[in-house]
Amino acid sequence: MVERVTQQFGGAVEGVDRPYGDVVLTVGRKAIRDVLSHLKEQGFDLLLDIAGVDGLHLGRRERYEVVYNLYSLGDDLRLRVKVFVPENDMNLPTVSDLWESANWAEREAYDMFGVVFEGHPNLVRILCHREFVGHALRKDYPIMKGQWATGTSDLKPDLERE
Amino acid sequence: MLTGPENMDPKQPDSAGPPRDEPPVAAEVDLADETSLDDLDTEPMYINIGPIHPATHGTFRVFCKLDGERIEKAAVEVGYLHRGFEKTAETKNFTLVIPYTDRLNYCSGLVNNVGYCKAVERMLGVTITPRTEIIRVIICEIQRIMDHLICVGANLVDIGALTNFWYFFNAREKLNDVLEALTGARLTYSYIRIGGLAWDLPKGFEENVRAALKTVPKAIRDVEGLVKKNRIFIDRTRDIGVMSARDAVSYGFTGPCLRASGVNHDLRKKKPYYHYDEFEFDVVLGERGDVYDRMFVRIEEMKQSLRIVEQALKVLPGGPINIDDKNVVLPDKGKVHSSMEELINHFKLIIEGIEVPAGEIYDAIEAPNGELGFYIISDGSGKPYRIKVRPPCFYLMNGLKKLIEGHMVADFVAILPGLNIIAGELDR
Repeated sequence: MVERVTQQFGGAVEGVDRPYGDVVLTVGRKAIRDVLSHLKEQGFDLLLDIAGVDGLHLGRRERYEVVYNLYSLGDDLRLRVKVFVPENDMNLPTVSDLWESANWAEREAYDMFGVVFEGHPNLVRILCHREFVGHALRKDYPIMKGQWATGTSDLKPDLERE
Repeated sequence: MLTGPENMDPKQPDSAGPPRDEPPVAAEVDLADETSLDDLDTEPMYINIGPIHPATHGTFRVFCKLDGERIEKAAVEVGYLHRGFEKTAETKNFTLVIPYTDRLNYCSGLVNNVGYCKAVERMLGVTITPRTEIIRVIICEIQRIMDHLICVGANLVDIGALTNFWYFFNAREKLNDVLEALTGARLTYSYIRIGGLAWDLPKGFEENVRAALKTVPKAIRDVEGLVKKNRIFIDRTRDIGVMSARDAVSYGFTGPCLRASGVNHDLRKKKPYYHYDEFEFDVVLGERGDVYDRMFVRIEEMKQSLRIVEQALKVLPGGPINIDDKNVVLPDKGKVHSSMEELINHFKLIIEGIEVPAGEIYDAIEAPNGELGFYIISDGSGKPYRIKVRPPCFYLMNGLKKLIEGHMVADFVAILPGLNIIAGELDR
């Protein structure tokens, strides 16, 4: 399975890791949507989670990572697809049209890390207040820094968006 | 501005507001002619359900656009209970995170403990003792029963069937007593440790469990007798909030809500851990994916959990509960007070924490509500670099909009508790 994806997408699959028996594909930013779309057709029908990571102190290639956690209900396989996001250009294509679960998962990654998912129907904060400034799970956001946010968000525009 | 009597406009003795307009005259409607009803000028009505509302079972807000009593559009806002679990966990060592996991899904705290500890144990590469494995199975299944008792009981209350709630809570109380005797707490247990358990089972635990579990089948029988063929109940729940199998998968549903839609997926069967493959139990599936199915999948799952506990009690082995690894498990308290090496060991573990090697892992268990996953990155410093929880009800809540749109407001009240949204886990 992994070999087939690697072959089909050539250089776009930048690496295959197997930490603790899990399978992790590292995919280039340009090809991420094609790879995920292909994997969905290959039976990875459950997008369990999208996790953002701020690798400020990890010394990896780029500062941010987004990890897609997939599960294949037919074959009972797990797969993680990782994409590096550079600090100066934090854009990724959305996959919320492929999986409905990506809708809120991408909003959370945006809220916590500031990753912008292009084409997302309603990319607004989800866990933090909409008046919140900054991104709470970034490593340079001080843990004790509170913010005073009191307004009630107007959800009328949200009604019309998906 | 003051609004005392001296500031009042003398021309308007009751100046509470501008003079009222004449009441609008109702348009002439010929009821026999159905087409004339289409021309009736109606405005949509916007209402908030929550953030504080008894029917939301937690703090979140559903903003609805109503057409009459029908929800035309809905927008869900969460985050009112956001505690920053993931941020806090980055500042604690691996052991200190355990009490925080209790507060994720607080209806079944022990399962969260197990899920977290299991992930860290896999990172450490340690295998827990057979006795601990079986004890974890027993308490996880007890917690599953308790979680389902709350969920189904609350769902029934919300549609007006109060008596069932007392039947279920009566049984839950007995189970709560058992866990209180075991862990010393009734809600936030923090009983699981990395590499084992906090302490061994108390005397008479097995008999207490057996006695407490006897009350569950009776409660289920009573409730089933009251609701299963109840016309009102069926009308309120059948074909309400239907989620097709295809949509349920797309929305990332897991657990009972996915199985109610007819998808055969249970991590206990598909990715067995703690010898779940050796226990005999069935995966319960629904057919239509409506409120009725979600409720009865949970009720049937309780019966399966009873079977598992019964089998697990029979095979519960003796032996130690903690692994024999000084880098993971605290030394025996008696030895700490008498031996220098053990004292140093104790201090090192308490102050520096367990040294988890650098790496990343995703590990999941079948929590009562669905797949509870922990994605942990360690940089080898003794503190988790990043913990991402995969809470089952975050994704269930994402699907709520689809479930309620097109239904009546009263159906919202029937649909929501069936998803078992727990705000502690939803917002983290």
